Amino acid sequence: MSIQTSTTPLGRDDLARLVARDIVPGSFVNLGIGQPTLVSNYLTEEQNITLHTENGMLGMGPEAKDDEIDGDLINAGKIPVTELPGASYFHHADSFAIMRGGHLDICVLGAFQVSATGDLANWHTGAPDAIPAVGGAMDLATGAKDVFVMMTLLTREGVSKLVEHCSYPLTGVGCVTRVYTDKAVFLIGPDGVTVRETFGCTFEELQAMVPVPLVPFDEKAAGAVVGV
Amino acid sequence: MLTFIDTVGEAVAGIKDGSTVMIGGFGNAGQPFELIDALLDSGATDLTVVNNNAGQGDQGLALLIKEGRVRKMICSFPRQSDSWHFDTKYKAGEIELELVPQGNLAERIRAAGAGIGGFFTPTGYGTMLAEGKHTRFLDGKWQVFETPIHADVALIKALKADGKGNLVYRKTARNFGPIMAAAAKHTIVQVSEIVPTGALDPENVVTPGIYVNSIVKVA
Repeated sequence: MSIQTSTTPLGRDDLARLVARDIVPGSFVNLGIGQPTLVSNYLTEEQNITLHTENGMLGMGPEAKDDEIDGDLINAGKIPVTELPGASYFHHADSFAIMRGGHLDICVLGAFQVSATGDLANWHTGAPDAIPAVGGAMDLATGAKDVFVMMTLLTREGVSKLVEHCSYPLTGVGCVTRVYTDKAVFLIGPDGVTVRETFGCTFEELQAMVPVPLVPFDEKAAGAVVGV
Repeated sequence: MLTFIDTVGEAVAGIKDGSTVMIGGFGNAGQPFELIDALLDSGATDLTVVNNNAGQGDQGLALLIKEGRVRKMICSFPRQSDSWHFDTKYKAGEIELELVPQGNLAERIRAAGAGIGGFFTPTGYGTMLAEGKHTRFLDGKWQVFETPIHADVALIKALKADGKGNLVYRKTARNFGPIMAAAAKHTIVQVSEIVPTGALDPENVVTPGIYVNSIVKVA
């Protein structure tokens, strides 16, 4: 059975829609800055997802527009947002205890690189003239029960960002459980990297792009459905 | 002892050169701009500043950095699209940076206020921000030892104070306020409103007045 589910690679919005669909109803979720924020556009009311923002809020609503804009109500990217019924505010140590204490079900982050064992590099290029800034990335990566990464599979130069070992400085060790890319969804587990589905390429074509041994997902062999 | 002070200038007058100053706020939300402006006017220098960021645009903490008053920043996210004053100083080697993962920053501040001498956390393990730090395998995972961050002074912004110094905040402007109030030897708070003692519901007080030393109302 082919695991190719799309004739073309997925665009950013299609990928965000797929991640949103895979989030288990009732989850508490933190969406990182940038591409992961798009996921919020595709969460349905029926899913009853509660969004956490590291600057002290659960129950974050969509981006604020016009007269909704309030400088005291922002998200981690410092964008004005809104509050939903049932929202709560708390101070920074409590907000990070929510992450660090293992209470968040899922965080979705961007990445420069992910390794075959789930190491994440997403905060620093390591360039000598770069000003380092880490924010909450290390806490999220280490604390959330599941860490999903969203990224393009290849760099602009065509090099795979799924790697044997990260060459960029690490954010967390062995923390990533799933990688959503424009060309495939990868599940990272103790047995290595499994490809759940491919987009616009066959499994063999995908393997040729990625310097990590891949295994195609076999629903029967797995005995249970992984994801949705 | 709690004091109500008329002007921001008088409120920050006691801050000495070389002090460690915690400044509340995440980006501009909760940043006590009036107190920071007064600190700038006071001339205090050689400061170590603890904040999540390193200033935005041409106001508040960014100006303190621009004017060369900050010797060292302890923060999690200095680099932003509008952090040009920090960027310039950093590239010129004129400001020291201690970069701390945001959860460690919050917990180290909390630890200082709670009398905790240090703690182990998995955050940062195996990364360059944990290099040289003591590690232990605890609870099934590798953890890194982190120490408290104390301060001489905290400058924070709240919405309301009552006559006992009890504070309530507004939305995500709360952020670091409550933990910084507890961690500093002397906590100076700017509020939008001072209400009579008894006017705040005790169930809803976020920072108890015991942590607060000076309150100044700003317009």
